[in-house]
Amino acid sequence: MHPLVMIALVAAVTLFGRALPTWTLSLATIAASNALISLGIVVLARTGNVSFGQGLFFAAGGYGVALIANAWGLTDAVAQVIVGAACGGLLGLVIGPLIARYSGIFFGMLTLALSMVFYGALVKTTALGGSDGFNVGRPSLFGMSFTDPREADFMLYAVSVIVTGFAGIAATILFRSEFGLASLAVRENNLRVEYLGLSANRIVSINFAIAAVFAGASGAFALMAQRHIDPQFAYWTTSGEFVFVAVLAGNQSVAAVFVASMALELVRSFSNLYLPNTWQLVLGIFLLGVILFLPRGIGSLWIRDRRKRRTAADVPLAAERGAAS
Amino acid sequence: MNFFLTIVLDGLIQASWLFVVALGLTLVFGVLKILNIAHGSFYALGAYIAATVVTMVAARSLPPSVGFVAMLLAVAMIASAVGWLLERGLLKMFYGRDEVVLLLVTYAVFLIMEDVTKLIWGVNPIYATQPYELFGNLEFAGLYYVGYDLVLIPISAAIGFAIWFGLNRTVIGKIVLAVIHNEEMSLSMGVRVNRVYAIAFAFGVLLAALAGALTAPKISMQPGLSSDVIILSFAIVVIGGLGSVEGAAVGALLVGLARAASVHLMPQAELFVIYLIMAVVLMFRPEGLFKRETARRI
Repeated sequence: MHPLVMIALVAAVTLFGRALPTWTLSLATIAASNALISLGIVVLARTGNVSFGQGLFFAAGGYGVALIANAWGLTDAVAQVIVGAACGGLLGLVIGPLIARYSGIFFGMLTLALSMVFYGALVKTTALGGSDGFNVGRPSLFGMSFTDPREADFMLYAVSVIVTGFAGIAATILFRSEFGLASLAVRENNLRVEYLGLSANRIVSINFAIAAVFAGASGAFALMAQRHIDPQFAYWTTSGEFVFVAVLAGNQSVAAVFVASMALELVRSFSNLYLPNTWQLVLGIFLLGVILFLPRGIGSLWIRDRRKRRTAADVPLAAERGAAS
Repeated sequence: MNFFLTIVLDGLIQASWLFVVALGLTLVFGVLKILNIAHGSFYALGAYIAATVVTMVAARSLPPSVGFVAMLLAVAMIASAVGWLLERGLLKMFYGRDEVVLLLVTYAVFLIMEDVTKLIWGVNPIYATQPYELFGNLEFAGLYYVGYDLVLIPISAAIGFAIWFGLNRTVIGKIVLAVIHNEEMSLSMGVRVNRVYAIAFAFGVLLAALAGALTAPKISMQPGLSSDVIILSFAIVVIGGLGSVEGAAVGALLVGLARAASVHLMPQAELFVIYLIMAVVLMFRPEGLFKRETARRI
């Protein structure tokens, strides 16, 4: 798809929000913000590493924005997203190079451990409200404040869809670039990439930082949507959900990430409605079903034929273990 | 000095049950190469079943010792059956996939088990304190301890020894070690690898559930139990080296002592300290303390 077509698509989806009922609007806002962080996981997964600790950057973005908002009265939605992305990204730049030399399960476990360190620290920090967290004010946009809840919801929807949409376009361009292809090569065999004169660690670190920026921005959205933050942002089950969306999407298509994220939110709210205490059960069965029947994610539903020749190389999350060892 | 002893004893008590949980996790990883996120759920399952059995026994006004034995037997039977069924019925379908995919499969099992335990036992905390008074209170170097806590230490040491003995000194254990070492070769030597997988997974579940049963009288059972335990036992096996029995023992000791020390010295840092140890160990020994580096094919 041409980038201009994608920009038009983002604009169309944004305007479509005008026609959506209020409950769908907030659902779509959350779906878009979750899609952003899951997109980061997909970006990173193209190097063969799955992060189980994106909650770390999610919480870093959220807390960073919340603290600055409360201290200096920064309520502008766009500024908050930029602050969130910067907080996540800075942390990602520090952690990425340290963590880039690990792979597979150790990478996952180390990211999980780091996010749990952060969680543990947040729970015990009484200055930040401990396990209860604290509240922040309603966001504004370019000096306009929104008192009508519907307008406020639409503003948040528009900002999150536009930001996530542009992140998606950027990711598509990244995937097709030389760097994006080198990332795929790292997944195939990082030693051979090194022999070719590229630094596999650097490729992983940069992808890690990109994922962290996305996660930080996503944390800012989650904060604006809930107007409350607590350490649960960094808990491992939060990160698990984002990995869930990434797996559901597969890594063949950026659009699949949005579809997967929306599907998850729909499943969540419908099972909340009809099966109040068993939505995790539904989610678990859903996840098993996807892994079993759509091993390459829901993206494979519409990108099946074009890449048949390269299927084995295209699936990091479902690469044959037997073939790899 | 007394203070120091308190920390060591508390640490040992913590380490004892953590060791049993981690042993199951590390065994499953060693044989099946699956890092089982649902392991904590089996711990919770064991604890809940134990609570039910203990309450049933107490309702019939039988002595708590009967409850203690009954809960261990019931948990052992149910847990190994659940483990066997899960491996044969579900995990089998995903063999040959990437390690991370199997991780997600167990994550799905974790999600399902969370709600299943909620459906069966509800969301309110339940207790099973009767066996806790079984061994009375003991005075040790001027400190008073609940006998049950201290008894956990030899019990888990015995379990650890039994596993070590079983793995290294019996034919079945040698076969399991052979599968851990090289699955293809054992298959071609006539080992029924599938059966070893099922046994190992059932045994791992059994260990987690036993640890749950043993700790059930000490704690209150409520949702969230499993995710706390899995995070602790992940830290232990990663510190010790995935798949290593000695590693699980050392990791459990380190985590138990660190937890006890931080509770007494710096309560704010309790969770923090454990992951810090894990992160530091991984920085310097990415494979964990007790795992040899393996050659990889380029």
